[in-house]
Amino acid sequence: MILTRAAKVGARRIIMSKDTLDLVKGRIEEKFEGAIVQAELLYDFAVITLEADRTHAVLQFLKEDAELNFHFLTDLTGMQTADEKQLGVIYHLHNMPKNIRVRIKTFFDMSKPEIPTVTDLWEASNWMERETYDFYGVRFIGHPNLKRILNVDEMDIFPLRKEYPLEDQTREDKEDWNFGR
Amino acid sequence: MSNKETTGAAETEKEYSTLNLGPTHPATHGIFQNVLKMDGEIIHDATPTIGYIHRAFEKLAERRPYAQITPLTDRMNYCSSPINNMGWHMTVEKLIRAEIPKRVDYLRVIVMELSRISDHIICNTIIGQDTGATTGFLYLFQWREHIYDIFEGICGARLTTNIGRIGGFDREWSQQVWDRIDAFLTGFPKALDEFNGLLERNRIFMDRTIKCGSISAERALAYSFTGPNLRAAGVDYDVRVASPYSSYQDFDFSIPIGTSGDTYDRFTVRQEEMRQSMSIIRQAIKNLPAGPCHADIPDFFLPPKQEVYNNMEALIYHFKIVMGETEVPAGEVYHCVEGGNGELGFYLISDGGRTPYRLHFRRPCFIYYQAYPEMIKGQMLSDAILTMSSMNVIAGELDA
Repeated sequence: MILTRAAKVGARRIIMSKDTLDLVKGRIEEKFEGAIVQAELLYDFAVITLEADRTHAVLQFLKEDAELNFHFLTDLTGMQTADEKQLGVIYHLHNMPKNIRVRIKTFFDMSKPEIPTVTDLWEASNWMERETYDFYGVRFIGHPNLKRILNVDEMDIFPLRKEYPLEDQTREDKEDWNFGR
Repeated sequence: MSNKETTGAAETEKEYSTLNLGPTHPATHGIFQNVLKMDGEIIHDATPTIGYIHRAFEKLAERRPYAQITPLTDRMNYCSSPINNMGWHMTVEKLIRAEIPKRVDYLRVIVMELSRISDHIICNTIIGQDTGATTGFLYLFQWREHIYDIFEGICGARLTTNIGRIGGFDREWSQQVWDRIDAFLTGFPKALDEFNGLLERNRIFMDRTIKCGSISAERALAYSFTGPNLRAAGVDYDVRVASPYSSYQDFDFSIPIGTSGDTYDRFTVRQEEMRQSMSIIRQAIKNLPAGPCHADIPDFFLPPKQEVYNNMEALIYHFKIVMGETEVPAGEVYHCVEGGNGELGFYLISDGGRTPYRLHFRRPCFIYYQAYPEMIKGQMLSDAILTMSSMNVIAGELDA
């Protein structure tokens, strides 16, 4: 039933992130002109920011293209920009055979926090999108069951947004100036 | 409670009964609720409800200095908290671009592999427990206690360890710790073999677990399975190999994989992983480099007490670190480690403030637990219990 495969560490091909960035950026630009807002190397990770309305098409391309083959959705999460005007969704994709990873980011206005779902591409995104909706209020268009997952259904805020501070606002002993800022 | 549904072709009325499995049922090993739609004893559909012990760690982390986030990670997968701690330390070290001495890497490998063994002990003995073999559960749990004794010797805590620090370890391990590790490595293989003999080729156990809760490699990848569950389905993905951290590239070990992704394969993969972990620990002890037990990063690593009391500079550093007043560069990193049950990722965005701007935990069991309804469809209720325990779903990590 069990077979052990010798997987000497380091035997696998590890492509440098810079090459990954060039490869992915080149392929996306070739196919979707103007979809890339920004492409950069952050630490050891290739990071590509996309136009929100073209994200789904690009993600589908990244997954289905034979060369890129980002078949594995490692992570999906949300964030809010520092000016509190935009929300973002961040996808971490992984091509296991080649062992390359890429981070796809997309940002959209908080007044209309909508983005197409990727549940049609990866089943795994179902709960991760629900979690992102739960905490940031991102509406994933086409999601089969978009409702809260970790918080109670009756909750009427999206708690990870920066407008909901964690601490009791009447407390003064935890303000930044107490720590020299 | 019952609901009626008409099946189109046969024009016969079929009645399903609803069964609430959980939230607090002794067989679920944690706070999980599953609303099962049952056709007799066969499961027709399942709806998991999660979030019962949600503690908003991601929000809490946004108001905590980096060193104070380590205890939060303890409480995710509490069966192998040291791996979570190490993963977090390494994430911050990546962010501040700290050079970590080889000795720290090796010491961390020892701690992480010990906690992987303790994690697998819990999961595999509970599989045995759920098939009715209580003996192995109680027998191996004393070895888990020995591992906790080792952790206690290193950091003073047992379950929620908060082990090590950003940059390394707070002190060298005492001789007592090394003796305990030695005793563990001598005694545990025998106990593991006995436990293995109790179950692995046991006819009753095999009949209960083979083809129970199986999932194909394609489906497992679609559901973003990682860790032993993915390997049991036949994909040899292991973070330790794919993106080596903490000097795992120095070690020689094998990745066990299964073929059918059922409960039996998950069991056997974990059994073999425990043996591999022991081999890794032996290699680490044998090749342990000399050197300091922490990195040279005075902004993050607390100075020795002796200096704090006698030296102004050390006192300032001590104060700054304790008050969370350390300079952190702005940046964003993703770091992943092979946790007890899969790829545990930390996605950290820093804006240069004293706390993370955003911290997201990629919790493996939150992601793969959504495949549970698909895996138990058409199975018996008792198989559903077994499937859940073999998936190693930890409530603390699921709900974060």
